[in-house]
Amino acid sequence: MRLEVIARPSLWRMIGFPAIALALTVVFGSALALLAGANPFQTLGLILRGAAGSQFALLETLNRATPLIFTGLAVAVAFRAKLWNIGAEAQLYAGALMAVLLGTGALGWSPALLLPAMAGAAMLAGALVLLGPALLKTRLGVDEVVTTLLFNFIMLLFISMLLEGPLKDPMGMGWPQSSRLIPDARLPRIVDGLRLHWGFGLALIAAVLVWVIQSRTTLGYEMRAVGQNRQAAEFAGIPVGRVILKTALLSGGLAALAGFSEVAGLRGNLTLDLSPGFGYTGIIVAMLALLNPIGVVISAIFVAGVFVGADSMSRAAGVPTYIANIMLATALLTMVLAIALTRFRVRWD
Amino acid sequence: MTADSKTQGPVLRLDGITKRFGALVANDAISVSLAPGEVIALLGENGAGKTTLMNILFGHYTADEGTVEVFGQTLPQGNPRAALAAGVGMVHQHFTLADNLSVLENVVLGTQPLWGARLDMAGARAKLVGLAQEFGLAVNPDARLGSLSVGERQRVEILKALYRDARILILDEPTAVLTPQQADALFAALRKMVAQGLSIIFISHKLHEVMAIASRVVVLRHGKMVGEVAIADTDPRALAEMMVGSAITPPELRAATPGPALLELREVMTQDRGTVRGLRGVDLALRAGTITGLAGVSGNGQAALADLIAGLERPSGGEMRVAGAAPANWSVAQALGAGIARIPEDRHKTGTIADFTLTENAILERYRDAPFARRGWLDWRAARDFAQSVIRAYDVRCPGPETRIRLLSGGNMQKLILGRVMEVSPQIILANQPVRGLDIGAITFVQNQLLAARDRGAAVLLISEDLDEILTLSDQIHVMSEGRLSPAFARGTMSAADLGRWMAGEGFERGRDAA
Amino acid sequence: MGEILEIFLSASFWAAVIRIASPLIFATMGELICERAGVLNLGIEGIMVVGAFAGWMTVYSGGGLWTGVMVAMFAGMLFGLLHGTLTVPFGLSQHVVGLGITLLATASAYFAYRLALPRVTTPPRIEAFQPLPIPILSDIPLIGHALFTQTPLTYLAFVLVGVVSFVLFRTPLGLALRAAGENPAAVAAQGLSVTALRMGAVMVGSGLMAVGGAFLTMSAFNSFFFEMVNGRGWICIALVVFGAWMPGKALLGAVLFGMFDALQIRLQQTSIGADVPYQLFLMMPFVLSILALVIMSRRASVPAALMVPFNKGER
Repeated sequence: MRLEVIARPSLWRMIGFPAIALALTVVFGSALALLAGANPFQTLGLILRGAAGSQFALLETLNRATPLIFTGLAVAVAFRAKLWNIGAEAQLYAGALMAVLLGTGALGWSPALLLPAMAGAAMLAGALVLLGPALLKTRLGVDEVVTTLLFNFIMLLFISMLLEGPLKDPMGMGWPQSSRLIPDARLPRIVDGLRLHWGFGLALIAAVLVWVIQSRTTLGYEMRAVGQNRQAAEFAGIPVGRVILKTALLSGGLAALAGFSEVAGLRGNLTLDLSPGFGYTGIIVAMLALLNPIGVVISAIFVAGVFVGADSMSRAAGVPTYIANIMLATALLTMVLAIALTRFRVRWD
Repeated sequence: MTADSKTQGPVLRLDGITKRFGALVANDAISVSLAPGEVIALLGENGAGKTTLMNILFGHYTADEGTVEVFGQTLPQGNPRAALAAGVGMVHQHFTLADNLSVLENVVLGTQPLWGARLDMAGARAKLVGLAQEFGLAVNPDARLGSLSVGERQRVEILKALYRDARILILDEPTAVLTPQQADALFAALRKMVAQGLSIIFISHKLHEVMAIASRVVVLRHGKMVGEVAIADTDPRALAEMMVGSAITPPELRAATPGPALLELREVMTQDRGTVRGLRGVDLALRAGTITGLAGVSGNGQAALADLIAGLERPSGGEMRVAGAAPANWSVAQALGAGIARIPEDRHKTGTIADFTLTENAILERYRDAPFARRGWLDWRAARDFAQSVIRAYDVRCPGPETRIRLLSGGNMQKLILGRVMEVSPQIILANQPVRGLDIGAITFVQNQLLAARDRGAAVLLISEDLDEILTLSDQIHVMSEGRLSPAFARGTMSAADLGRWMAGEGFERGRDAA
Repeated sequence: MGEILEIFLSASFWAAVIRIASPLIFATMGELICERAGVLNLGIEGIMVVGAFAGWMTVYSGGGLWTGVMVAMFAGMLFGLLHGTLTVPFGLSQHVVGLGITLLATASAYFAYRLALPRVTTPPRIEAFQPLPIPILSDIPLIGHALFTQTPLTYLAFVLVGVVSFVLFRTPLGLALRAAGENPAAVAAQGLSVTALRMGAVMVGSGLMAVGGAFLTMSAFNSFFFEMVNGRGWICIALVVFGAWMPGKALLGAVLFGMFDALQIRLQQTSIGADVPYQLFLMMPFVLSILALVIMSRRASVPAALMVPFNKGER
C-alpha cells in the first residue's frame, strides 16, 4: 500500500471523510453506552440535552469552553510552527498562580487596572514557563515534547507546595487551597444574572487576534514558514530560533490566560483541581480545528459540550463520564486520519 | 544481438510495460530484452520514465499492463524479493544504505532468513571479501557506513547486489557522483562482471558514457520508447536528438568581458558541520561579467562554499570581501542586501516551502521589505502582483499564484526561484546545481538566463557535478577537493580528464606552490 | 550525612531501587524497540495505564497472575496496532497520534474500571506476585537480598534487556529493524516490508509498555487507582534518549533513576526531609529526567529515520 498526493481534492473528499470520522466517533460512543448497559440513543440524547438543552446548559458549555479556547489557541499557535508544546497544563497553572498572587489583595487597584495587570502577569508567567523548553530546543536541540510534558508534573507539585505552604488559605480549614480573590479582581459577567463571565469574551478576542497575527503579519508568515519547512526558512534568512522563541512566548501566554480566566472568572481561588486536563484537551481542540484559530472557538465549544453533556448524562444514565474522553480521543484520531485521506489517495500496489 | 544469445534466449524480457500515475503515463507499452553478457543503456532525459521502468522490473512498482520475464520465468508483480531471488540486482542512484550499520551489516541485510536465530557474520565476511577482491572493489567490511566517501558507498551498493548472486545488474545513473577516473574504474569492474556472464542495464543521460560501455541503446522520451539502436550504428549526436526529440542547439556564447572582482575570498576557512566538510584556505575571485565554474565530487566542500556565499556560514579564518568591503556579522540578510542571488542545491527542501502558495514562496526572501510588508504587516496584494509578474516573465506554468507550489513540476519550481532572485538584477549569482533533474527545455531556459546575467555584468558562480555543463558555460573553472580549491583555469585549457585528476585530489600541492 | 550513608548501606534501599526500576525497564525497552524501528511512541503513558488496569482486572476477576501479564500485553499490543496503523502505512504525525493514543488508552482504562466497579472508593487489592528468593544468591550480604529476593516479573525485566540486546544486534530481524529506523529505503530495496517491520516493532514495544504498567498493579502497589502511572511513561522516553538507544545503557539509566527515586522517598523520612517540603523530593525524578535529556543532547546517535514516515510511492 502507498499514498499518492491528490492535486486537487474533490469537495466530496473534503467533506465526506471528516463526516465519516465524526460518524465513526458517534457509533463508537454508542457502542460504549451499550456496553455500559444503557440505551445508546438515550445516552446520546442526554449528552446533547446536557450540553445545549437549556439556557443553563448552554452557558455551562460556554463557560467550560473558555479555558479550552485558550489552551486550544496555545496549542494551535505552537503546532503551526512545529513547536510541540504539550505543556499547556503547566502554563495554565502559572497563569492561575499570578492571578492569585496579584488578586488576593496584594494590589489595591481599581478593576480597570487590576484585571489587565493580572492578565498581563499571567501571560508573562506562562510565556516564561514555555521559554525554558523552547530555549533547550533552540540552543541544545532537546526535544520539547518530553520536557514540556515533564514540566506539567513539576508545576503541579510546585503549586501543591505553595498551596500547602505560603499560599495556603488560613480560612481554608486545612484544605490545600489559596485565599479567595478580592471582588475587584473578579472578571464580571457578560450579562447580569447570566452565569457567563468575561473570560469567554476575552477568549473570542484572543482567537481573532491570533488569526490576524497568523494571516496578516510577518511574524505569522515566519511562524508558518518555520513550521512547514525549517530548512527553507533558514535559507531564506528567517531567524528560525528567534521565531520559535516568539512562538513559545505567545503560546505560553495564551495557555496562561486559561488559568487566569478560570481563577478570576469562575473559581475565585486556586486549587489543585483547577484544571481537569484542559492543557491536554487543548491538543484535541486544536487538532479538530485543523490549527485554525477561529476553528478553535467552534471545536472548543463542541468539546466542552461533550464534557458538560457527558457529566449530566452520567448522573442520569449511569454511564461513566470517561465516555466523553474516549469519544474525544476517538474524534481526534479519526479526524487526523480523515484529513490525511482528503489529501492522499490510498493505492494498493 | 549476438548469435550466442539467440541460442540461449534473453535473460530478461520486458514486454509491453505500461504505468500510469494519475493522468501521467510514465511508461507507455515499453518492450526491452537483454541477452546474456550484454550491456544495454537506457537513455533518456529526466522524467522520461527510465527509473519508473526499472522500479517496475525490480518490483517497487506494479505495472498497469505488461509482463516481466527473467530467465524465461514471469516475475510476480510488485515483489522485490522475487526479483532478487531471480537474480536481479539494483544499484540505486540514491544509495539504499544505512549510515549506522557497518559495511558488512549493510551487505548482509535481508540476505538471511528474518527469523533466523543468529546472524552468520563469519561466512558473510568471507564471501564479501572474496567478491571485493575478484572485482577490484576494495572496502573495509567493518567500517561504519556513515564514515565512507561517496565512491566507497557506491562500491558497497554494487557489492550488495553481487553478494546476492545477481546475474542481471541495473545501475541507475552510477557515474553522477564519480570523477571521470572513478567512472573509468567502475567501467573496468563492470567489464569484469560482463566477462563472467552478467548482464547489465546502464541508466544514464550522459552520451559519451553510453557510447563507452553499452553495446545497444534503448532511448525513452516522455514515457515512450523512441528508439533502439546498436552502438556501432549510431553516434552521440544522433542519440542526443533521439533523446530530446529535436536537434539540440548549444547555448549561444558571447565573449566574456571580465570586470572587477565582486566577491573575493582569501585563505578562507570554515568549520566542519556534521557531514558537511568545511573550507581549508580557499582563494576565489568572482569577477563581473564572468561565469566561474566549480567542479568536484559532491561532499568535498562545495556545500560549505555555497553556504558561505549564501550567508548561512561565516568564515572561521581568512578574509572575505563583498563589493570591496569586508562584511561584519555576515548573514543571509547581508548576502541579500549585497545583491547576491541564491539558487539553492535542493529546490524542494531549501528553495521552496511545499505547502506555501506561489505567492508566499515568491516573497520568501523579501517578506520583511517594502512593498511586501510595512511595520510587520503584510501586503498580500503587492505580493500577489510580484508573483504574477514572475509567473509571466519566467514562463512558470501553473494554475495561478494561489496554487500550492508542491503541485508544480521541478522545472516550473526552478523558474519561480530563478524569477524570485533575478527580478532584482543581482550583481552576484550563486547557482548551485541549477539544472539538476530538469528536462532539456528547462535546462536551456535556466542556462540562457545565467548567460544573460553574465552579459549584463553579473558575476556567476556555477556549482555542478556535470563536467560537461561546467566546461560549456564557464569562463574560468575551479576544482574542489577535500575543502581545498584549485587555481582558476581559463576556458579551453582543461579537458574533462584533467579536471578529473584535480577532483581526485591530485595537483593541489603543486598548484599552491605555483600560485 | 550519616543518615544518607545509612540509607545506602541498607539492603531494603537497594531492593527498592530494583523494584522502582523494573516497570521502567519494561516500558523503556518497549519504547526503545519502537524508536529503533523509526517510530516515536508517545502512547506509552496511556498504554502503561491500560496494562496496569488489564493485568489487575484479570487477577481481580479470578485469572492467574501470568494470565494477567499476558492479557496486559495483549491489550498493549492492540493499542500498538492502532498506533502503528495510523503512523506507519498512513504516515500520520507520530506526535499527534501518540498523544491521542495516550488519551484514548487512559480514558478506556478508567471507563472500564468505573464500569466494573461503579461505586468503589477504596481500590480493592489483589493477591499479587510474591518475592521469589533465588537460593544461595539471595544470601549474599547487602546485594543478595536486593537483587535476588525480587518478584518473578523483576527477574523477567532484567532478562528482557539481554534478549532485546541480542535480538537487535545479533539476529537478522534486529539488523532489519535497525536499518528500518535509519534508512527504510535500504530495507525496502532488499525486498523486506518496512511497514511490517515497523508495525511489528510498535506492537511488541507497546506490549512491553503494558507489561511495565502491569508491574505497578501486580508487583508493586497490588491495586489499581487513577493517576498511578503518573508520568512514568514520559520518563521512559527520556531514559531511551539517556541510554543513547542502547538497551544496556538504558537499563543503567533506569537503575540510576530508581536509585534517585528510592533515595528521595527515604530522604523525606530523615531530618533533611523534615525541613524541606515533600513536593521538592517528588519533583526530583522529573527534574532529573530533564537534566538527563540536556546532558545527552549533544549525542548524535538518534536513529536517522525516527519520526520519518516511509511511503514507497514517493518519487
